[in-house]
Amino acid sequence: MKIPFSLTVNGKPVSTEIEPRALLVEFLRGPLQLTGTHVGCDTAQCGACTVLVDGKPMKSCNMLAIQAQGANVTTIEGLAQGDALHPMQAAFRKHHGLQCGFCTPGMVLSAVGLAGQVKQPSEAQIREALDGNFCRCTGYHNIVKAVQEGLADMTA
Amino acid sequence: MQPFAYSEPTTLAKATGAAAANADSRYLAGGQSLIAAMKLGLSAPAELVDLARLPELRGIKVEGNGAALTVGAMTPHAEVAASMEVGARIAALAALAGGIGDRQVRNRGTLGGSLANDDPAADYPAAVLGLAATVNTNKRQIAADDFFKGLFETALAPGELIMSVTFPVPKKAAYRKFRNPASRFALVGVFVAQTAQGPRVAVTGAGSRGVFRVKSMEQALARDWSAKALESILVPASELQSDLHASAEYRAHLVGVLAQRAVAEA
Repeated sequence: MKIPFSLTVNGKPVSTEIEPRALLVEFLRGPLQLTGTHVGCDTAQCGACTVLVDGKPMKSCNMLAIQAQGANVTTIEGLAQGDALHPMQAAFRKHHGLQCGFCTPGMVLSAVGLAGQVKQPSEAQIREALDGNFCRCTGYHNIVKAVQEGLADMTA
Repeated sequence: MQPFAYSEPTTLAKATGAAAANADSRYLAGGQSLIAAMKLGLSAPAELVDLARLPELRGIKVEGNGAALTVGAMTPHAEVAASMEVGARIAALAALAGGIGDRQVRNRGTLGGSLANDDPAADYPAAVLGLAATVNTNKRQIAADDFFKGLFETALAPGELIMSVTFPVPKKAAYRKFRNPASRFALVGVFVAQTAQGPRVAVTGAGSRGVFRVKSMEQALARDWSAKALESILVPASELQSDLHASAEYRAHLVGVLAQRAVAEA
């Protein structure tokens, strides 16, 4: 049985009805057509499905949509302002922090969620913070560089 | 995932009432284990009673002039890890919470959910047993020594709800884990504490019946609190689990190494 469901996605209020068993990622990719959020492993390990829920990175494949009732959800589609990339997206592009790009939406949101948590995190802190995001292409080095610059640009 | 009924009660009485009314219901905390299990079909409750709208289950309180900390069952790992109160009084507990899973998991996963699930490789059971904590439910207080009953089994009765856990502040404590690099669960984790009642050593990830205490190590530490005091103590491999990640013999070795490192760090 469907139940009423309201939340804010990328700044826009959404009010609808959903099946309780719908995962957050299914709701985002299905009814909302926000297909930038990817499903990689589907077992809450790879982090490709990471979105921000009330500013905190969470794995949308391992939570029910209904658990985001009333929450503020940010997906990769919610970062850029028109044609202007978000500073973290721009830093990923500048530093070649992606190759195939599959993990990138989750990686970028995980990185954006770091802002304000630690002031000028060290390389080691960034690597630890990205523990829940797997990349099978680039070997992480450029990702870490991108995150460092992206975080600096976000606070600049 | 199988369909299920869902409720998000806003009072404790409604939550426990909903659980009591349906024997096939489960409480939903952060869902980091339960939802994964439901996706795999390992768990198929007829109803989920979501605990997210019960603020009384959240938060960290300092008790008795700092003699103990009470952590609400719905407090996420990230909150325990970042808590000034926990860091100042039981740094080992904050560090343990900060090493559970990954950052995304720590933003959702909760203390109560972890304990009710009682995964044999979970981190929190080692802290609860190692610190001789008390699990406070809606019905009673359960001592850590009576709470864990084996693999994914606890003393909780059907419908019984963990409200909070009270951790006595130890004189010193540390947790060392050798983590599975893929799952981040403990291949072996050892929590050591010097408590008012003497030393305690709790091991997760290794036991064939879940988290357990190593009394021989506790006795040795009571005589001499040092890593050296543990050097000659072996945990029998026959009581440990073997799987594709590690043999029982390797786990037995890790218990000794990690216990010594934890004592040295505490």
